[in-house]
Amino acid sequence: MPDLPRDSVGLVTPQTAHFDDPLALACGRTLPAYDLVFETYGTLNAERSNAVLICHALSGHHHAAGYHSAEERKPGWWDAHIGPGKSIDTERFFVVSLNNLGGCHGSTGPVSVNPETGRQWGPDFPMMTVGDWVHSQARLADRLGIERFAAVIGGSLGGMQVLQWTLTYPERIANAVVIAATPKLSAQNIAFNEVARQAIRSDPEFFEGWYAQHGTAPRRGLKLARMVGHITYLSEDAMGSKFGRDLRSDDLNFGYDVEFQVESYLRYQGDTFSSSFDANTYLLMTKALDYFDPAAAHGGDLARALAPAACPFLVVSFTSDWRFPPSRSRELTNALIRAGKPISYVDIDSPHGHDAFLLPEPRYQAVFSAFMTRAARDLGLATGTEETA
Amino acid sequence: MRTDLKLIHRWVPQGAHILDLACGDGTLLAALARDKGVTGYGLEIDPDGITACIAKGVSVVEQNLDAGLANFEDDSYDLVVMTQALQALRRPDRMLDEMLRVADECIITFPNFAYWRHRVHLGIRGYMPVSKSLPHAWYDTPNIHLSTFNDFEHLCRDKGLTITDRAVGIRDHEGHWTSRLWPNLFGEIAIFRVGRQSG
Repeated sequence: MPDLPRDSVGLVTPQTAHFDDPLALACGRTLPAYDLVFETYGTLNAERSNAVLICHALSGHHHAAGYHSAEERKPGWWDAHIGPGKSIDTERFFVVSLNNLGGCHGSTGPVSVNPETGRQWGPDFPMMTVGDWVHSQARLADRLGIERFAAVIGGSLGGMQVLQWTLTYPERIANAVVIAATPKLSAQNIAFNEVARQAIRSDPEFFEGWYAQHGTAPRRGLKLARMVGHITYLSEDAMGSKFGRDLRSDDLNFGYDVEFQVESYLRYQGDTFSSSFDANTYLLMTKALDYFDPAAAHGGDLARALAPAACPFLVVSFTSDWRFPPSRSRELTNALIRAGKPISYVDIDSPHGHDAFLLPEPRYQAVFSAFMTRAARDLGLATGTEETA
Repeated sequence: MRTDLKLIHRWVPQGAHILDLACGDGTLLAALARDKGVTGYGLEIDPDGITACIAKGVSVVEQNLDAGLANFEDDSYDLVVMTQALQALRRPDRMLDEMLRVADECIITFPNFAYWRHRVHLGIRGYMPVSKSLPHAWYDTPNIHLSTFNDFEHLCRDKGLTITDRAVGIRDHEGHWTSRLWPNLFGEIAIFRVGRQSG
């Protein structure tokens, strides 16, 4: 068995929590019962005061850190920041990472069986909102005996869940880390999501979402959706330095097959994604993004919407992110300032676009670690090593 | 704590809501929060300073002062503090206006260019002064608007502002009697407490 990296949480096994108490949703429907699949890293202390919740982004899931098997090629999606000695230090914190409702990695979603009909939910799965997710996450916390999270942390769509946590359950969150997020999508953001949805919905294999019944899947549409999405995750510079105008072969071939390396890369990303992700989940997640707008109920006044928030915030943006650019994080920051909340904002210099939130970068790590160390100190948390000493 | 920060610490009232422009590593805000229950935000652009603030639990916002304070509302703070940054701003005069828009009082400290050691550098030796308070060479200094104790007083007078308090410090100790007597000559660091126009 090959050795796992020393700063890894090591081998992890997903768990499933089943819930029988119906969950009322923002769309007006109710989910009668559901499963949430999740992973945990580190140890919950006796006071249950060191739990950290990780909220995932559009295509994320519960596997945020470590390895499912020694053969697994890549660790969880946020392994760069979760582990012993990392920003979210598992020697100090007990980390909970779940797959959101509507997902396709084990939690109840369109690919699950609807007990009322005995067949897959498919397109009939209720539309989810960020608020619904936060309610379900709070129930998972109840199940795990966590009254208050030491921190709730997320990037992109995950950051929106963090923001929602501070408004819905201010007494249950001690610190909020909102990374590469936005208080609401712009028209351009929604436009990109709509292109992705149309790509999926116009695929002849879509069958109004009932593709599973037809033994097929809208892979071409999902591939296109992912290709478009992927472009918005990278910066022009990152694409330029990675691929430039490099060709696959020495000469132009004057055809429509792959000629430029960037085409090859995008097709590969799209193919990999479309063979492992559910199209109905993708549609639903993009809608949850579009709907998020906590200021809407307060006449568009974000500062007023933020009034319930009661914990310190860390807001992080990345200079080359054009999906949720620094200006959106500043909008959130300024609203938090107007609302008089404790907030620190940093704009990390990175060439990696929106994806920068997933990657290790020295300044990002230094800021993130500093905030989490201060959070641990304020909560009186010892490190794992100190506890066993 | 730096001499000017010690003095400001004394001047800031209990429980004030303040802005600290160019707050550095957050030493002043952390001390004020601990000793006087002061709340507020620091603005800084130096990455190490920002990280140090966050480690201390000081609320810090990465923001370039040359972009102004448009994201802070009129009269939303009791006091705005700016230490050792005035001379690095593109338009110090406009910043003074901005500070007194956000609060009705501000405290500003800056290196006094007329300090006798600086005068020796320039007036006798013929070189741009390099000192502990002005450690850079002329070509790479961030200090693009050097001024003197007297200059600043003039600016305040021209704007009709009220100087409620002023002091000078020598880097390592609080003002010697000579600096109190002839601040423009013997003060290395000028410290002003300025309020809005009277009447």
